[in-house]
Amino acid sequence: MNVVAPRRTVAQSITGIWRYRELLVNLVRKELKVRYKNSSLGFLWSMLNPLMYLVVFYVVFQLVLKAGIPYFPVFLLSGLLAWNLFSSSLAGATGSITGNASLVNKVWFPREILPLAAIGANFVHFLLQGMVLVIALVVFRFDVDWGYAWLVVPALLALLVLTAALAIFLAAANVYARDTQHLLELALLAWIWMTPIIYQWDLQARVLADNGRSPMLTLLNPMTSITLAFQRALYGITTGSDGGRLLPLESSLWYGRNLLIVGLASSVLLVLALRTFARAEGSFSEEL
Amino acid sequence: MTANAIEVEGVSKRFRLTTERHSSLKERAVRFGRRRPSEELWALRDVSLDVERGQTVGLLGHNGSGKSTLLKCIGGILQPTTGVIRTAGRLASLLELGAGFHPDLTGRENVYLNASILGMSKRDIDARFDDIVGFAELERFIDQQVKHYSSGMYVRLGFAVATNVDPDVLLVDEVLAVGDEAFQRKCLDRVRQFQQEGRTIVFVTHAADLVRQICDRAAVLDHGDLVAWGPPSEAVRVFREHMLAGHPTDDGDGEDGVADHGHDLRIRSVTIEYPEDGRPFVRNGEPLTIRIAYEALQPVDDAVFVFALHGSDGHIVFGQNTWGLGHGLPALEGPGEVSFSIPSVTLLEGTYPLTVGVHSRHGGSVFDWWEQHDHVDVLNVEGNFAWGVADLTVTADVSGIGTKQRTA
Repeated sequence: MNVVAPRRTVAQSITGIWRYRELLVNLVRKELKVRYKNSSLGFLWSMLNPLMYLVVFYVVFQLVLKAGIPYFPVFLLSGLLAWNLFSSSLAGATGSITGNASLVNKVWFPREILPLAAIGANFVHFLLQGMVLVIALVVFRFDVDWGYAWLVVPALLALLVLTAALAIFLAAANVYARDTQHLLELALLAWIWMTPIIYQWDLQARVLADNGRSPMLTLLNPMTSITLAFQRALYGITTGSDGGRLLPLESSLWYGRNLLIVGLASSVLLVLALRTFARAEGSFSEEL
Repeated sequence: MTANAIEVEGVSKRFRLTTERHSSLKERAVRFGRRRPSEELWALRDVSLDVERGQTVGLLGHNGSGKSTLLKCIGGILQPTTGVIRTAGRLASLLELGAGFHPDLTGRENVYLNASILGMSKRDIDARFDDIVGFAELERFIDQQVKHYSSGMYVRLGFAVATNVDPDVLLVDEVLAVGDEAFQRKCLDRVRQFQQEGRTIVFVTHAADLVRQICDRAAVLDHGDLVAWGPPSEAVRVFREHMLAGHPTDDGDGEDGVADHGHDLRIRSVTIEYPEDGRPFVRNGEPLTIRIAYEALQPVDDAVFVFALHGSDGHIVFGQNTWGLGHGLPALEGPGEVSFSIPSVTLLEGTYPLTVGVHSRHGGSVFDWWEQHDHVDVLNVEGNFAWGVADLTVTADVSGIGTKQRTA
């Protein structure tokens, strides 16, 4: 029995998404196919993006500014790939309802599928780009430190939940205010520089310490906890060539705890986002 | 589970019509605290009806009556403002012919995508794939990108997918009323097959004839109110009374808001030109002209104008369209006029309700439709004592009559 009522509960949203999981897979596939349909390099394009970042930031930070981060490519990629997943998913998800207006106006399916499909497509890119990182790890002869390597899994989970929560919220918001997507671009630009991806976390921590504040305040940015975990798990070098600190000298449990907090907070956000979405959804087809 | 396939319980739907859309933050910020100039429109008011499983139900009403809104609420595309709708089983609707087709993907890829949007699993699609392609008659083109398809191929593929999702409840919007004849017949065949298989069908239409032909029950909506719900003949009678009572389409223009098929092309007025000024009827054998003034708000390149005359019980006495008369219309833009001229009205005395409409050539959308909103009055010329509808030329030969010789 399907029920169409003025409002759906969060549980109904979740079961709806689960029932349509095959559609989710198909939409992800469609997105990937369409993106590379008429390009000769195809999937190579998604690898070229992080490589370009790599070259630019390497030149600026290592050669010009002499930031003193050994194996900079590995350091950068271990944080940047997660960020790319986060930012491109949000950008894609924000326009996902408005961009599929004809579909939303004509067929019923759980609309949350659309922003989730944007995440799915970018997750595939993330895996592909991850190959660049793996190659870098092999080339530079990095050893796997199992004591920290497991952090990749909870870090990825926390990242996906956080991304999903924001994606679903933004997708709905953009139906009512189309400039959400422009606002998001600005926000992401500021956000990436507030996250220790291109430079090391220690720089942030020191600024706070100099002003008599706790370096832990940096963890108010959930992407910082996630980035640090990825960097610790994959890059793993805590002290720079000039003796400067690169990553917090903490146990894997400390990193894990941060992820847990982010994960729990994101789960709450996700529930709120689903609720907001379900309430907004009723008038999607009127606003589009 | 109950024997009802659809239960509509006290459903109301309110649309806010704003004179201007303010969908950017700047505009919202500027107007913050001030009420947006908005008008409320109740597209549906407290509508309740139960549809039993296996029934075929027609929703009748003029433009803006809320019938499309109700169909969309049943389909879950719109959420009612108040009230609940329960449906049992898988729902498919022909609202969405080809919705979600991506031009860059091939026919095959689109079938899989479209079918999964409609809730089909990959295994189901695999099993039915050949049926779908066969029904659409697109075997040769299935691996081509759909952007190379003609609009007819597009609609056929969409229809094939939609009717192959194995729905328990099928929702149909207008599509049956239009389109080229072969396609129309195919649609109707499918609908009949569905009826025989005991599926539930709900469709929205202007065509009272069709309702009487294939429905078990019918509902009539007028300005959001359910004014009739019962056997088709009764519903059609109520529908007709409402249609003829006022001229609801005059103010119903665009009222359905998002619920109707876009506002690309609107009929502004319909004029019946009788042969003599100040004489509102035509005698048989005299000419008659029907002028349709329209306005295309956006360029429309495949419009077909239609008119039909009905008999007193609603069946169509005569219908014709511009396409059938050999006029493939160029892209319409702005206001304009189309007229149908009948050099000699070969009808007998009576009142013939007139329907005019405009739809796309392949039946994807009905731009505007004025069902029986005016009528043509025909009077017999003096000395014509025939009755019925058609004024046939007839002679009688009485030379063979045998007469009884009466000898006195």
